[in-house]
Amino acid sequence: MNDATIVNLPDQATAKIPRDNYITRENGILSWLLTQDHKRIGILYLISMTFFFFIGGALAGLIRLELLTPQSDLMAADTYNKVFTMHGVVMIFFFLVPSVPGALGNFFLPMMIGAKDLALPKMNLASWYMYMIGGILTLWAMITGGVDTGWTFTTPLSTHYVNTNVITTGLAIFVAGFSSIFTGLNFIVTIHKMRAPGMTWFRLPLFVWANYAASILMVLGTPVLGIAIVLVALERTFGIGVFDPTKGGDPLLFQHLFWFYSHPAVYIMILPGMGVISEVISTFSRKRVFGYTAVAFSSVAIAVFGFFVWAHHMFIMGISSYAVLVFSLLTMLVAVPSAIKIFNWAFTLYKGSITFETPMLYAFGFMGLFTIGGMTGVFLGVAGTDIHLTETYFIVAHFHFVMVGGMLMAFLAGIHFWWPKMTGRMYPEKISQLAAVITFIGFNFTFFPQFILGTLGMPRRYASYPAEFQVLNVLSTAGATILGVGYLLPILYLLWSLRYGKIAGDNPWQATGLEWQTQSPPLTENFAVMPIVDHEAYDYEWLEQKTAQQKEAANVR
Amino acid sequence: MSDSSTAAAHQHGSEHAPFLRHHFESMEQQKDATNFAMWLFLLTEVMFFGGLFTVYMIYRNWYYEAFVAASHQLSVTLGGVNSCVLITSSFTMALAVWCAERKKKAAVVALLVATFLMGVLFLGIKGVEYREKFAKHHFPGTTYSMEAFTNPASDAEATEAGDKPLPQAVAERTELFFSLYFAMTGLHLLHMLIGMGLLLYMVFRAQSGAYTGGHFSYLEYFGFYWHFVDIVWIFLFPLLYLINRH
Repeated sequence: MNDATIVNLPDQATAKIPRDNYITRENGILSWLLTQDHKRIGILYLISMTFFFFIGGALAGLIRLELLTPQSDLMAADTYNKVFTMHGVVMIFFFLVPSVPGALGNFFLPMMIGAKDLALPKMNLASWYMYMIGGILTLWAMITGGVDTGWTFTTPLSTHYVNTNVITTGLAIFVAGFSSIFTGLNFIVTIHKMRAPGMTWFRLPLFVWANYAASILMVLGTPVLGIAIVLVALERTFGIGVFDPTKGGDPLLFQHLFWFYSHPAVYIMILPGMGVISEVISTFSRKRVFGYTAVAFSSVAIAVFGFFVWAHHMFIMGISSYAVLVFSLLTMLVAVPSAIKIFNWAFTLYKGSITFETPMLYAFGFMGLFTIGGMTGVFLGVAGTDIHLTETYFIVAHFHFVMVGGMLMAFLAGIHFWWPKMTGRMYPEKISQLAAVITFIGFNFTFFPQFILGTLGMPRRYASYPAEFQVLNVLSTAGATILGVGYLLPILYLLWSLRYGKIAGDNPWQATGLEWQTQSPPLTENFAVMPIVDHEAYDYEWLEQKTAQQKEAANVR
Repeated sequence: MSDSSTAAAHQHGSEHAPFLRHHFESMEQQKDATNFAMWLFLLTEVMFFGGLFTVYMIYRNWYYEAFVAASHQLSVTLGGVNSCVLITSSFTMALAVWCAERKKKAAVVALLVATFLMGVLFLGIKGVEYREKFAKHHFPGTTYSMEAFTNPASDAEATEAGDKPLPQAVAERTELFFSLYFAMTGLHLLHMLIGMGLLLYMVFRAQSGAYTGGHFSYLEYFGFYWHFVDIVWIFLFPLLYLINRH
């Protein structure tokens, strides 16, 4: 470390919002809709995916409301099927998959590696349009009658036995897949070719490593989902028979193709979130992430292992017992890199100077809930217990612990962490800490009872259930209400802070990442001069010494 | 941001190369990045067709007898001619890139037109083949006919190949072969059509000298795509036409 690298630590009290930044550079709606600036595209993603999140959330609210009573009374069973299908499709393809890469990755990945933009700005804009076309098609399918196959489009249900908007929804997902591929491809090229001088692979922030791993999955997995959807559409329109047993086809083959994407897809969703957590934990414990290299490679390991575990979704579908054995074993292997991450974050906290700003609270939430989600995944990876649990609420709880407790917490941590950089203003700290706590409590009330319901044998995907399960379901619905408040609060106070928030300054967290060394909000070209990197990521020990020396010098004078 | 925090190595301004996009530091970086991106895109195409090829290989192994008999209905001559047409079109495409590098505008336009016409010829021949399949009711669906497989004597191609009559249960599986035949060649055709649309666009652009001014990346990367579509056919031809023909 030499003195050429000085981390930018301006005084927050005198900070002003710079007149020239990416928001003020150009005005008018077209300057946003036709922009090729990665930061503006990130904001477009953020706005649109918040919209889809609230649609998906409203559908979740309807599901919980229906399950308040044992009878199917709020809606008919068919309607219920459509509601949970749309909840799944909207949340997975239009919120979870693009959430962190689309909003935070687009905005910060180029800044973190010291680039002016992603390598392919036009393709980046195209990815947002693909996302919007897919999203609008999905809403169209929902309004014009919906689809009731579940988000997994299981054959032969989707090809032969339902008469709902399967093809429209399939097309929507196919188009949204292009959005995902474009983003992933852009990230990979950018990380390979656009790093600033001195930014070596092992100086990359772990957020970048995590997005790199997720991008590999997007690029390799999504096309296979594409062909699976095309074959379902051909089956429905022409009856080509590849998934039709009466013509010699095999419905199980669809499962193989579908889960070859859709299992890695859960890592597409969670890996960027893990990247956020690495940034947040390190910044608020003022320490370098413990075992940087191990955490970086664990992301890649998750991506690689992620491609060889898909058949664990099919243990009860009649695959051979040898396949069950192998895939069960491989599934256990994924637990290793995930545990590496959790342990390394815990060791980062050890002897750190921990502070409890909102992003850190969300990160703690993530660590606890993701660990529970991950460990219950082992129950489902073991074929013996999986047969009992897989069609019950246990799997619903497991998935939501990983995705809502994990990914959504990480997303909120990231939004709060980088909000000052994106907007130039601080969010209000006290109320947002309250929101983080409310979210955590609401989440546990909603989903923990579902583990118990699952082990008691309550099946998933039904609008009605035996009366003995009602107490736990009421608890779950009550929790969902609290959770809803936890999600509404950030919307309100973040919008409030756009106008009334305290001015953040360039580096409110005194963090070492490159994105903090430029003004907030950043210039359109990110950096006034091309940065040169000559230090490791997260070098907080050095920063501490440096500031101590500066203070001493000031005192002497 | 203080100046000392980042040694300014980058000089922006007057000596900007004419084709350099603003966010790249040098022409070399731009070329590296876009070239890499194109290869990654082709990788996604490999995965897309890879899924389809997997489906094909599984059913071919399960229903080998039916697939052999069904493939005898395809014309090796027409398929072979089409393979030559596509390989030639790849050659003219490569030549177009070569000429663009040497700034020969007329040659680039002519070669692109030749590539396009080769594509038209391919589609024409493919159309003839499709028409035969429709005429014989080999398009999967309610009108599908197994006559040629249960009673090969009634069918010219089957007789020529010396097919023996297949039992009903085996003959039924030939429909799966034709399903896959139409799905695979159909998706290949879709890629051809997209490519030909881009070729037309490039012919007009090339006439105004777009690729002969020293910057022809677009042409070069389109070439990658066109060769890829060619290679898909190179795999499709033996898989569909040449099962068990020695």
